[in-house]
Amino acid sequence: MNIVVLVKQVPDSGAERTLSTDDHTLDREDADLVLDEINERAAEEALRLKESVDAEVTVVSMGPDSALEAIRKVLAMGADRGIHVCDDRLHGADVLTTAKVLAAAVRRVGDIDLVLAGNATTDGQASAVPAVVADLLGLPQVTHARELTVDAGRVRAERQTENGEATLDAPLPALVSVTEKINDPRYPSFKGIMAAKKKPVDTVDLDDLFPDADDAGFLVARTRVVEAVPRPPRAAGIRITDDGSAGRQLVEHLIARKLV
Amino acid sequence: MSGKPLKDPLDLLDIASVLTDEEREIQATVARFLADRVRPHIGEWFENAHFARELAPELGKLGVLGMHLEGYGCAGTNAVSYGLACLELEAADSGFRSFVSVQGSLSMFSIWKWGSEEQKQEWLPRLAAGEAIGCFGLTEPDFGSNPSGMRTRAVRDGDDWILNGSKMWITNGGIADVATVWAQTEDGVRGFLVPRGTPGFTTQDIKQKMSLRASITSELYFDNVRLPDSARLPHAQGLRGPLSCLNEARFGILFGAVGAGRDSLQAAIEYADSRVQFDKPISAFQLTQKKLADMTVSLGGAALLAVHLGRLKDQHRIRPEQISVGKLNNVREAIAIARECRTILGANGVSLEYSPLRHANNLESVLTYEGTGEMHTLVVGQAITGQAAFR
Amino acid sequence: MPDVLVLVDHDGERVHKSTYELLAAARRLGDPAAVVVGAPGTAARLKESLARQGATSVYAAESAEAGEFLVTPAVDALELAVREAPPAAVLVSATTDGREVAARLAARLDSGLLIDAVDLDSSGVVTQIVFGGSYTVRSQVTHGVPVITVRPGAFEPEEHPGEVAERALTLPATDPAASARITARRAAPAGDRPGLTEAAVVVSGGRGVGAADGFKVVEELADALGGAVGASRAAVDAGYYPHQFQVGQTGKSVSPQLYIALGISGAIQHLAGMQTSKTIVAVNKDPEAPILDLADYGVVGDLFAVAPQLTQEVAARRAVG
Repeated sequence: MNIVVLVKQVPDSGAERTLSTDDHTLDREDADLVLDEINERAAEEALRLKESVDAEVTVVSMGPDSALEAIRKVLAMGADRGIHVCDDRLHGADVLTTAKVLAAAVRRVGDIDLVLAGNATTDGQASAVPAVVADLLGLPQVTHARELTVDAGRVRAERQTENGEATLDAPLPALVSVTEKINDPRYPSFKGIMAAKKKPVDTVDLDDLFPDADDAGFLVARTRVVEAVPRPPRAAGIRITDDGSAGRQLVEHLIARKLV
Repeated sequence: MSGKPLKDPLDLLDIASVLTDEEREIQATVARFLADRVRPHIGEWFENAHFARELAPELGKLGVLGMHLEGYGCAGTNAVSYGLACLELEAADSGFRSFVSVQGSLSMFSIWKWGSEEQKQEWLPRLAAGEAIGCFGLTEPDFGSNPSGMRTRAVRDGDDWILNGSKMWITNGGIADVATVWAQTEDGVRGFLVPRGTPGFTTQDIKQKMSLRASITSELYFDNVRLPDSARLPHAQGLRGPLSCLNEARFGILFGAVGAGRDSLQAAIEYADSRVQFDKPISAFQLTQKKLADMTVSLGGAALLAVHLGRLKDQHRIRPEQISVGKLNNVREAIAIARECRTILGANGVSLEYSPLRHANNLESVLTYEGTGEMHTLVVGQAITGQAAFR
Repeated sequence: MPDVLVLVDHDGERVHKSTYELLAAARRLGDPAAVVVGAPGTAARLKESLARQGATSVYAAESAEAGEFLVTPAVDALELAVREAPPAAVLVSATTDGREVAARLAARLDSGLLIDAVDLDSSGVVTQIVFGGSYTVRSQVTHGVPVITVRPGAFEPEEHPGEVAERALTLPATDPAASARITARRAAPAGDRPGLTEAAVVVSGGRGVGAADGFKVVEELADALGGAVGASRAAVDAGYYPHQFQVGQTGKSVSPQLYIALGISGAIQHLAGMQTSKTIVAVNKDPEAPILDLADYGVVGDLFAVAPQLTQEVAARRAVG
């Protein structure tokens, strides 16, 4: 079996995130970057499959030089090889470009049976990248899986969303995105960490992925930020004494803040 | 000159920059494991005097146990990585670092260094996996700093040995599957592997400790314990056997102490930033800043010393007296830091919700075991004067 | 006026409120054209309510298998409608399904995608709140037909009855090798809560909850909000709630969008674990409780009166949506 895991490096969720004042993209320079937690679970799911069937696991990540750390981490967990898409021109790439690049990287792996990804990343992406990758590769989209069975050339999953659960069924090859509920990822072992250094990682750029593309015409983003304003510092809070309607007042307040 | 804010106030000197990627990853993996599995419970375990035995196989899976040894299921990392793992373990609790030190540097190292091939095959893979627990019996009730006076004796009886005596302050003793026991024989000090359940071998855990409460400390008793000659560590003769093991463990300790100090300082900095008195955080008061700054200076020095000694060890040219400098300095600084941090925490500092007083109490043991501060002082004194002043 | 395509959320019988919000948003840009994807006959049933809320035309994209496959039929339908008559924009609810439909559509059209809009002006500039509310961002699409997902609840539905034109789209057969089939659907299992550290909403109880039984009130509010349940050290020590749910110095540190503290006074040990939450709501009987000084919204009152009322209100909103 040929499995590809898509992973991403994100700022540590505990850290404060800032937007660059130049181009309104996420300022990654000062942040501690870590392998996204849900991606780690996608990797774990791939490695569990590798333990039960004969599989090769390729980990793919798009990002600057430091994204190599995320790839190494998954290699340390037990994946076999990596593809690192690294190209300065991808700075500020939108969901579509990200998905196109990832789809092109998956195609380099050749005949794949399964693409695994996290259903969301913690850095504010659309959680729609896996769906788009499925569209671009013509694969069934088995997204937001909290439970996964791969058997006899088919994949079955329990999809969990805010609207409840659905059982999904699709033939392989397929794309699966997993939720935080799917498993508890393993810690890389020291032997794994030391072995990861010796595993192959292909570093590719846009010219490798799209040799026929017109260099000047490659669209990185199809949207533009007109303005980005930091939220004002926490103002003095509202304080009320319950007169029997505090619950109702509270819900209005939460709605106004788009929290309900 | 960089005007950027510090990425990590606990690493003001950017010691991380002198570590390799692999060393940092190993350190980060241990830190994360402990954050998930130990830190949420450690206060409770300390209070209830509970050692989480079930974590041993998990530590084994990570590769922590005997990590700096080659072969037999051991990870085979360098010495700096081993030190950094000890640093993180002790930042969580000295009890866990003690467990790992005894398992890897005393029990496993004694077998790895001095054992027969059969002994290695029998014990090392299981000890590395955390399926079996090991302990190390050198100290006796009446012989601590002076092990050469030990009363535990092994005498020949045909092809066998008969072991009599007792050992005191033995970490992991009550749960150990195998004990490395040092005893006087006709031809000097010899080591023996005594499996749990051997007739005449019993243990008694030491209760009512005020230190290392999250780890097990026991007394071992040997009453006419009959051992085959294959239980003897064939390559160790004289005190050099056990002392070589202690040097391994002390190396882990001099890193571990930095972890206890760092964790205390972190608690104090966070607390000082959020504790408001007289309408401002106490971190804005000069007296608090002096404490925090002094501790940052001494902790940075201790960390640099540890990494330096680690590099010497990886080049196979570390000397015992250098390890003495490291253990003496780093434990002394760490216990001073832990106590000072407690003062910043005020009354909250006596609660197990915060780590400094727990670390300070643990470090009381660390200051004494594996060579007391006094003995290490005399080792350094002898090294620079040529005069032994031990007795 | 150009058309603005709106993907209709429905259960086969009724239109969801989020669609009415989309229609109101769409009217800022042009004539709302509602796209109904479902089994044959669905559009006819929904047409009247869509017209009343401002739809000027209704596309019927119907087939027997439209409801059996995940996401792809809706993407196919919207793509067909866009290719038939390029609209000013396509609006889709920012639900999990909606985000996936919108993103796949944008990929097929090579269009700009704007996610989670909370406001929208007539020039197509949308407002988004990102990084858990730490930034307000205004963005616009620079390439292709704008595809926009709109956060449910961001717009008020507006009645705007009028004539409605009916149009049919012929859905292509779904390729079973390129789509996932939905073989069963269930409501979310009760009591299935997100993990404390991952949850967008955390509702915690403290000593003020008074007893283990009292935590039902905390749990019900958490469930209504789709959030996790937490507890203060005092509540855990008193045996009201298990240790693994403790938030604070010795428990877990959380940083959700919304933290609701019920009956928690706010000892420094607790604040250490939750003070980076984006919005903090506190309910406490004691007006001197330190947590009220930290709260964005503090209620001095009985949690057993305030919390159930809030639960009920939230549940009512969700039911309509």
